[in-house]
Amino acid sequence: MSDWTRDEMMTVVAARLLWNRCVCFVGIGLPSAACNLARLTHAPDIVLIYESGTIGTRPDVLPLSIGDGELAETAACVVPLPDIFSYYLQAGRVDVGFLGAAQIDRHGNLNSTVIGPYDAPTTRLPGAGGAPEIAAHARQTFVMLKANPRSCVPRLDFRTSAGFLDGGTARERSGARGGGPCSVITDFGILTPHAETRELQLSSLFPGATVGEAQAAVGWPLMPAPRVEALPAPSADELVALRALHSRTRAAHSRAVHLPA
Amino acid sequence: MPFPTLREAIERHVNDGACVALEGFTHLIPFAAGHEIIRQRRRDLHLVRMTPDLIYDQLIGMGCASKLTFSWGGNPGVGSLHRLRDAVEHAWPGPLALDEHTHAGMAAAYCAGAARLPFGMLRGYIGTDLVTVNPRIRSVRCPFTGEQLAAVPAINPDVTILHAQRADRAGNVALTGIIGAQREAALAARTLLVTVEEIVAALPPAMNSIVLPHWVVTAVVHCPGGAYPAYAQGYYARDNSFYQAWDAISRDRSTFRSWMDRHVIGSRDHRGFLASLGAAA
Repeated sequence: MSDWTRDEMMTVVAARLLWNRCVCFVGIGLPSAACNLARLTHAPDIVLIYESGTIGTRPDVLPLSIGDGELAETAACVVPLPDIFSYYLQAGRVDVGFLGAAQIDRHGNLNSTVIGPYDAPTTRLPGAGGAPEIAAHARQTFVMLKANPRSCVPRLDFRTSAGFLDGGTARERSGARGGGPCSVITDFGILTPHAETRELQLSSLFPGATVGEAQAAVGWPLMPAPRVEALPAPSADELVALRALHSRTRAAHSRAVHLPA
Repeated sequence: MPFPTLREAIERHVNDGACVALEGFTHLIPFAAGHEIIRQRRRDLHLVRMTPDLIYDQLIGMGCASKLTFSWGGNPGVGSLHRLRDAVEHAWPGPLALDEHTHAGMAAAYCAGAARLPFGMLRGYIGTDLVTVNPRIRSVRCPFTGEQLAAVPAINPDVTILHAQRADRAGNVALTGIIGAQREAALAARTLLVTVEEIVAALPPAMNSIVLPHWVVTAVVHCPGGAYPAYAQGYYARDNSFYQAWDAISRDRSTFRSWMDRHVIGSRDHRGFLASLGAAA
């Protein structure tokens, strides 16, 4: 199967980074698709936590919102939201946090708050939600975003969530206990932080993507890692599972809602 | 326990200038109550909610609010709240002051409010610029270890409004499914109004499900379908297509106003609202 889209490849690549039995704090959109693809392929016992309070959920279709009924009905347990943030995330019980953002900088810091000045924004974005504490407390975080010079910027308009802050050991000194962003999955490949400077480098490429394309999509001088890995294309099994998931989801979301009389 | 109509409950308990939390995390959003606040043209409200969604977009766009305490304001899975954005970006229909937090911070503030403590505490807001734009996010030092921790003032709404599945005739209220921070928002409030799908003679034994006992509840309103287009687990599903359609309805000021005039202002009550959408069974 050679016919796949970059969106599909992003989802497949993110799913491959997850392992069986890992405890994963999931965001809506591409991360949710990636986590469920992992569960439906190589990681059947992955524990998915959505911030609405569902733990160990196994949805048959992807939720549109973070609190769809499907998530509660298929969960091992449903707990109050304050419990999720205090007893699970803050207590260090989450292996992987998945984040998206409107902007990322070279040290993996994220903006999901405003474009332009905070008091007079040109674009008001939804805001922080759970991201700053996920970024601080998950043992590692994965970031998913489509790369272009407006999203991968030299300087954030607003720092919503901490990556490696100013680089080097700044994160360790900040009191953040989690390991920070270890993989940034873009629509051309994966960026990972340099071991010492903590600056994001190009570490792998999708089939058909080039170093030049990656550098053009990123608004800071993107350094390739000493060895840039070529990622294998999605397998037939991965594509079949992902497309079936999306098709079940489309059917479910277009079903008419009936209120009780 | 009083069982007023929704109109009576809002008339009596929600005043201009009040701090009001219509809580809900995707599930059990009190849409009907929000619409009644709009019909009664309340002004200058300080709205509080972790995840302001469509009903807050409507309240803001109809000019009911002057301040918003929140942690994530979007149309879940769809995109922006255009009325919230218009208020923040262009002060339309009026300026909206923001008191912006993270989910973990707001959860801590509600927990403190429910416990009648002055502030909530968390290991949070690390490395975020929210601290620089919101002077209400501060820090405290642990008296035992010396660790610096984030502190946020307790949230104690004048009125919290929830939607729940059931109440009994004594006014005990039971919620099941995804319950967000509703328990904390309810117990933090000075006045607690609850709309319910059903009023039953007796609730089933509540073993660890959330029950708000009658003496913390100010009034219960029987309002079937009161969370639509959000959902009530066990009663009806979330109308995801309405959330998708809202993006186009709300994008433009005049489309928004005419939709609100036709379906909310033009309807006598929630039953009328549902009938106007052709959604009533």
